[in-house]
Amino acid sequence: MKILAIDTSTLVLGVAVTEEGSLLGEVTTNLHKNHSVRLMPTIARLLKELELQVEDLDAVAVAAGPGSYTGIRIGFTTAKTIAWSRGIPWVPVSSLAALAMNGIRFPGKIVPLFDARRHRVYTGLFRGNEGVSVPVKEERVTDLTAWLKELREEGPLLFLGEDVSRFREEMVRMLGGQAVFGMGRENAVSATHLGQLAFARLRSGEKTEDMEAAPNYLQLTEAEAKWVRSRKRGEPR
Amino acid sequence: MKKCWVLGIETSCDETAAAVVENGDRLCSNVISSQMQIHRRFGGVVPEVASRRHVEKITGILQQALDEAGVRQEELSAIAVTQGPGLVGALLIGVAAAKALSFATGVPLVGVHHIAGHIYANHLVKPLRFPLVALVVSGGHTELIHMPEHNRFERLGRTRDDAAGEAYDKVARVLGLTYPGGPEIDRLAKQGKPVIDFPRAWLEPDSLDFSFSGLKSAVINYLHNAEQRGERVDKADLAASFQEAVMEVLTEKAVRAARFKGVSNLVLAGGVSANSALRESLAARCRQEGIQLSFPPLELCTDNAAMIAAAGTYRFLDGERAGLELNAEPNLKLV
Repeated sequence: MKILAIDTSTLVLGVAVTEEGSLLGEVTTNLHKNHSVRLMPTIARLLKELELQVEDLDAVAVAAGPGSYTGIRIGFTTAKTIAWSRGIPWVPVSSLAALAMNGIRFPGKIVPLFDARRHRVYTGLFRGNEGVSVPVKEERVTDLTAWLKELREEGPLLFLGEDVSRFREEMVRMLGGQAVFGMGRENAVSATHLGQLAFARLRSGEKTEDMEAAPNYLQLTEAEAKWVRSRKRGEPR
Repeated sequence: MKKCWVLGIETSCDETAAAVVENGDRLCSNVISSQMQIHRRFGGVVPEVASRRHVEKITGILQQALDEAGVRQEELSAIAVTQGPGLVGALLIGVAAAKALSFATGVPLVGVHHIAGHIYANHLVKPLRFPLVALVVSGGHTELIHMPEHNRFERLGRTRDDAAGEAYDKVARVLGLTYPGGPEIDRLAKQGKPVIDFPRAWLEPDSLDFSFSGLKSAVINYLHNAEQRGERVDKADLAASFQEAVMEVLTEKAVRAARFKGVSNLVLAGGVSANSALRESLAARCRQEGIQLSFPPLELCTDNAAMIAAAGTYRFLDGERAGLELNAEPNLKLV
């Protein structure tokens, strides 16, 4: 089974093709350039190098968030459209679960995170199990300090993500030697891992997504949140 | 003749739309998922909310457009997508879907300017006759465009501040009317008389540009002053007076543009072309001047993908092609 995997949930752009969960080819760039311009040509180039046609694909996997709203939407729309056009399954995969794959050999638990601004992070708690990352706590967007407090009881923790370095000082202050940090390549999602996670799900016969599925933003838009608050206060409109 | 089927995709603001048009002028399907009800509670379109909705809706809408037309993906001659102008996050969804579909099927891709689309909405009911001048009026645009032939555009004038539709929405808001304000003001104005003399911005004597921010401020000031003096304002009269000021300028400048270019075909386009007062005002003036006036049927006035497919057909026939690096351009220029 050949899976095209797409990740545009952060500044990193990743595209991979996997076969039975193994790597056929992967392109990853950390150029901080426009995903909208670069994603489709990158997919086309990779398939060409692998001497594959779009007809050869059996499924499409995509990093479904959390992450950059615009980034997720570009990847999500592209993946969904290719899958719909070809009549093949498409599998949204958590960007955090994919990032956590970089640490599944770590003996403790894994904390992938992306900066959500204003001292908040998109994060979750995972552990490795039989070659895949498995969630231990529900994914969330949370204040970093509150999150670190909650993690104190969780034993050794491997923090992963390009944004982790911004918070490293606070992590060491609150968790001391319990906090371990990913290095280099470990801090960026690998699209191959997306393909592996999608393959595991497809193999287990999990139902794939319908056409109206939404990315996992983990939070309401500001306008909606404000509207909900005003309703709770009983204000008109 | 081999049939030319073009799939249009439009997501520049708050409508997720797809349509199939045959040979540039025959509508085979025209599917629109409007978000108006969703944005009403916010008093206007919220870009992030719009983008989120587009992602959910786009695939089902594409499927429905093809199904209703009875056309298969591989039978398409081209895929036409609104490239801009519009909300960047919203445009990106249509562009990403169009590129992915083009890649998956091998069907050529063309990018279309949203305003060109609005003009071509007319072509779906009656073939455009060239040369023509188009008056495009919507929530985001107020422009005068000259077209010597298919797919050739020359801009004669545009708004220097607010679009006419934007002025409508803002005035509607201060009058306490529901969003979107245009149809509400049009309805209210019919019950009133244009007794208040609001300013008309003619700009320089030979200018074909527009300005509506002064008029908008004059209406708001009028309301505030009346409020401070404790006077009751007849909202219907105020709406009628505001509307007349807008219509007079739009009508006069459109006719001036046609005369300036020596053309006898005037085309009305854009969301505000649904406004009954504008249609009546232009129709009366064009009769006097011997100008042929066309406007789209109501269902094609607002944003739709059929107009994008129609405009895209002529770009395609002109040999234009977009690559997979096509990007959304929120400030795309027509010319």
